[in-house]
Amino acid sequence: MIDLPLPETPLRIQRDRDALAEAPALRRTLIGFAVTVLTLFLFLPLATVFIEAFGKGVAGFLNALSDAEVQSSIKLTLIVATICVPINTAFGIAAAWAVARFEFTGKSALVTFIDLPFSVSPVIAGLCCVLLFGARGLLGPQLASYGVEVIFAIPGIVLATLFVTFPFVARELIPLMQQQGSDDEQAALTLGASGWRMFLTVTLPNVKWGLLYGVLLCNARAMGEFGAVAVVSGRIRGGTSTMPLQVEALYNDYNMVGAFAVASLLALLALITLIVKTFLEWRFTGELALRRRT
Amino acid sequence: MSMRIFPRLVAIALTGVLALASGAKAEINLLNVSYDPTRELYKAINAAFGDIWSKSSGEKVTIRASHGGSGSQARAVIDGLKADVVTLALAPDIDAIAANSGRLPADWAKRLPNNSTPYTSTIVFLVRKGNPKGIKDWDDLAKPGVGVVTPNPKTSGGARWNYLAAWGHAQRRFAGDDSKVRAFVRAIYKNAPVLDTGARGSTITFAQRGVGDVLIAWENEAFLAFDEFGKDKFEIIAPPLSILAEPPVALVDANVDANGTRKAAQTYLEFLYTPTAQKIIAKNHYRPRDEAAADHSDLARFPKLELLTIDAHFGGWAAAQKAHFSEGGTFDQIYGTGAK
Repeated sequence: MIDLPLPETPLRIQRDRDALAEAPALRRTLIGFAVTVLTLFLFLPLATVFIEAFGKGVAGFLNALSDAEVQSSIKLTLIVATICVPINTAFGIAAAWAVARFEFTGKSALVTFIDLPFSVSPVIAGLCCVLLFGARGLLGPQLASYGVEVIFAIPGIVLATLFVTFPFVARELIPLMQQQGSDDEQAALTLGASGWRMFLTVTLPNVKWGLLYGVLLCNARAMGEFGAVAVVSGRIRGGTSTMPLQVEALYNDYNMVGAFAVASLLALLALITLIVKTFLEWRFTGELALRRRT
Repeated sequence: MSMRIFPRLVAIALTGVLALASGAKAEINLLNVSYDPTRELYKAINAAFGDIWSKSSGEKVTIRASHGGSGSQARAVIDGLKADVVTLALAPDIDAIAANSGRLPADWAKRLPNNSTPYTSTIVFLVRKGNPKGIKDWDDLAKPGVGVVTPNPKTSGGARWNYLAAWGHAQRRFAGDDSKVRAFVRAIYKNAPVLDTGARGSTITFAQRGVGDVLIAWENEAFLAFDEFGKDKFEIIAPPLSILAEPPVALVDANVDANGTRKAAQTYLEFLYTPTAQKIIAKNHYRPRDEAAADHSDLARFPKLELLTIDAHFGGWAAAQKAHFSEGGTFDQIYGTGAK
C-alpha cells in the first residue's frame, strides 16, 4: 500500500463537529417525524383497540369474550394455527435443508416459488382454493362425492392459511443454513453419526433460534389472516368464522365492545409475538456472534 | 428424512379435522345464508323458532347464520356453501343459485305464499339531524354538492333496489324520456364517491365514519341505525315515491336432503309466515305480510308512501336485472369506465 496524499478538499464542513453526523436540527426533525408517525399510525390505533374493548368496563369485556360465537371463533383460530404451524415448520425445514445443502437444477426456481405467497394477494389465494375445491371447481365435485367438504369448512380455511403462511419458516432458515455451511454436519457424519442423529443433534440445534423466530411469525400470520380466509370461510357464525372474521362481523353488528374485545386478543397476540421476537433477535445474534468467535 | 414425516403429518391433521367437523350431530343444525341487514331480525326469529321446535319435537335446533352482500352470498352457495335455507335480498340472487348449481328448482318462488317473500321493505333516506341539505325527494340527491352513500349494485341486493327506486322516480319525473332518466341517475351516482359491497357497510360508512349527507337505505336498516346511534343524530326521510322491496326466502333442496334437515328447514321457512314471526318481523322494522299480527306501535312507524313494484313498473326481475345490472347494462353505462 502506498500512502497517497489526499486531495485538498475545500473546507466547507465546519470542523467543530463530527463530519459524519447530521446537523442537530435535522436529527431532531427526523426523530420527531418518526415518533409522530409511530404515534399516529401505531400507538394511537393500538390504544383505541384496548379503550374500545373496555368501553363498557371489565365486565363488558369478559361478557363479550364469553359469547358462544366468539368462543367458537377463538377455538377455530387455535385449531387452524395448530394444524398450519407444524406443517409449515416441517416444510420449512425440509425446503431449507434441500436448498442449503444440495445443488440441483431448478433450485432457484424452488426458492422463487417459496416466496410466491408473499407476492400473491391473499384474496387470490382464497379464490384459487374456491376454483379448485368449490362445488363447481376442478376437484370439488369429486371430493364432495366422497363426502369430503373443503371450501366453507375447516379444511378450506386450513388450506388457505397454509398457503399464506407457507414461506415464513423456510425464508428464515434458508439464509441461516446457507451461512452456517455444512462443516459441522460433515464432521458428525465422519464421526459415525446416522443421518437422523446428525439432524437432531447438529442441524436442529444450530438453527433453533432462527427456527423459533420463523415459527413465531408463521403463527402470528396464521392467526391473523383475513383476506384468504374470508373468501373460503362462508362466514358461518359459530362455525367457520375465525377471530379476524368475527371482529368484522361484530363491528358490522354495531357491537363495538365485542369487536374490539376480540381485536384486543389479536393485538395482545401481536404484542407477545413482538416481545418474544425481540428477545429471539437478541439471543439469535448472540448465538451467531459466539459461533463466529470460536 | 423430514420429507417422509410430512405426508404423515398431513394425514394426522386431516383426520383430526374430519373428526372435529363430523362430531356432535346429536342436534339439528340449520344454516341460514342471508344478506347483510337481516342480522338482528334472524337473531330474534331463530331464538323464537328454537323454542317452538324444541317444544314440539323435543329436539334442539341450532340455526347458524352467515351474512354478507346478497350477490356474494348467492355466489358462495353456488360454490358449495351448504345453506339449508337462503334468505336473500332479491329474487334474481336465488334464481342465480337455481340456474348455476341446480340445488333448488327454478320455480322455487311458487313454493311459499307471496312469491316466497314473508316480509317486505322499501327504500328511504337517512340524513343527519336537522336535515342540513334539505333533502326531501330523489331530486335533492342529484343536486351538486350532496354526498350520497349507497352500496354497489353489482354486489349488494339493497343497492339494486336503491337504484331501481331512483330510476322509477326519474321515469315518472321525465315522463319516460330515456336520456333524461339516465342523466338523472348518473347525477345521483356521481354524488356517491364510495360504493360499499353491502348495505351494512354503507350504513357504517354513513353513520359511524360520518361520510356523506344522505344514506339511501333499506327502511329497516335506516330504523336500526336510528335506534342504534341515537335519535339525536339522524332523521329518516321518506321520499313520496319509492319501491316495494320483496326479499325472498327458499329451501335449498339438494343441501337439506344431503344434511337430512328438510323437515326442520321447511318448518323454519313456514314459521316466518306465522303471527309470532310476523310480529317479530314488524318489531325489527320489516313490513309484515300479516299486519293483523303485528303490534300497532310498530306498524305506525312505517311512513306512508307510494310504492312502485318490480313486476308492474320494471317488467319483473329477469327483465330489470338484464336491462340494468348485467354486463354493459345501464349501471355499467352510467358508472365507471362506460360512463361518458
